[in-house]
Amino acid sequence: MPRLKLPTPPLPNALNPRPKRPGEGRPVKPIDQAKEAGTAAVDWIDERTSLSGALRWTMFRKVPKGTNWFYTFGSATLFAFLSQAVTGVFLAMYYDPSPTRAYESARHITNDVFLGEFVRGMHKWGSTVMVILIFLHMGRVFFFGAYKYPRELNWLIGVVLLILTFVMSLTGYLLPFDQRSYWATIVAANITASGPIAGPFLGDFLRGGAEFNATTLSRFYSIHMLLIPGAIAALIGAHLYLVARLGTTAPPWQKVEEDRELIEDKV
Amino acid sequence: MASKREPQSKYTADRGIPGAFEGETVTRRRLMTLTAHGAGATAVAAFTLPALGFAAGSALFERPPAHWEPVGRPDDFPADDYVPRVITVISGIGEVGKTAVYMRAHNEKFDGPLDPKIPGGGHFVAISTRCMHLGCPVRWTSAAARFICPCHGGVYDFRGKVSGGPPVRPLDRFYTRVRAGRVEVGPRYSVNSEFRRFPSYRDPAQDLDGIGQYLYPGRFSTPKLD
Repeated sequence: MPRLKLPTPPLPNALNPRPKRPGEGRPVKPIDQAKEAGTAAVDWIDERTSLSGALRWTMFRKVPKGTNWFYTFGSATLFAFLSQAVTGVFLAMYYDPSPTRAYESARHITNDVFLGEFVRGMHKWGSTVMVILIFLHMGRVFFFGAYKYPRELNWLIGVVLLILTFVMSLTGYLLPFDQRSYWATIVAANITASGPIAGPFLGDFLRGGAEFNATTLSRFYSIHMLLIPGAIAALIGAHLYLVARLGTTAPPWQKVEEDRELIEDKV
Repeated sequence: MASKREPQSKYTADRGIPGAFEGETVTRRRLMTLTAHGAGATAVAAFTLPALGFAAGSALFERPPAHWEPVGRPDDFPADDYVPRVITVISGIGEVGKTAVYMRAHNEKFDGPLDPKIPGGGHFVAISTRCMHLGCPVRWTSAAARFICPCHGGVYDFRGKVSGGPPVRPLDRFYTRVRAGRVEVGPRYSVNSEFRRFPSYRDPAQDLDGIGQYLYPGRFSTPKLD
């Protein structure tokens, strides 16, 4: 039976503590407002978007005991991709994808433009680094068994990302437009065309015709800098969403700690 | 409500849906949903299909007219050895659009009688330098009487027939004709190991013997011979 709760007896107004009137106390100085400016701006955005919840959900996740340096290959790959994206955007400012001008513009980047050799080098070697990091990441996921239920879909997305990275490597290989690029592309298009039934048409689609022609280079350039990067960025988003949603796995050697209260003879 | 065994009536009124009309088979809500989805799909198709056609159409279906390029006088080309010539396959893109061909006169001893049906007459043989393994450039080595590919060791004999290595069929050829005392080289064609002509030339690595000729269909963009 609920106990009867008596209401608080009303006090006379004079005895009640007076609430503070707004604007009372220390006057707000411009320096205080300036100190609060950052918080105020963040608050202003957060009030309208509720982004802080999403950020907390993404950043402050529970991580299993035993998480170690092997778990950093994924973010290392992400940063390799970001580096490729940034250097690629700026290389595109100087590069000219026309069969008669491409080699000259690539030479110009390397020999004449300030830091050109460095940025082009980052893009060139970075592509190799990215592929190596992907394989290390994939190896970690495989050997730690992190591809198992419920993370199979993330493994599949990862495989698509791997293939898209290979397509990036293939299409980017033509762009310096030297002998090696040219013949590698001839061979790659012919390997594509050697698939039965659809192969010949895929090869022609890739080259933009039956022979290596005026549009082959700009086709590869467009695939390399617009089509595939967009797909990779979108899939990385999905990949990271699933990582945040499903969490990471403990390494396989991590012992499960039994809850002491559940061990029978200790109860 | 209809039982599991009986099929549901197609009329909304019979199915007891609120607001049903006499003779109505699709609810208005469902009709609106389908219309909205249909309109969206139409809008997406309206820009996707033309864009895809734009990307693939001329690459797959455009038939360029045959281009004939003079390469020399008839007596420039012996019947027992090859002479290299450079022709332009794609114009307007500089060195990239050029390719080498190896030329000789028709030789009854090796080639047999002239094919009466071959366009241009076939009095001269123009062998493509494109290796039939994966498309690297082959070189004629006169002393060995062999075409040799530097990439993966493809070897071809005097007629261009595979005598070793990974290539799947003899070297491609170009049609030749004689006009105004000049030998001209025209479009490319492919041959299988029995030297049967395939006017719609195939890419390297496409076997044209047996089932291969059906697995690797010809292209719609084969140049038009006059």
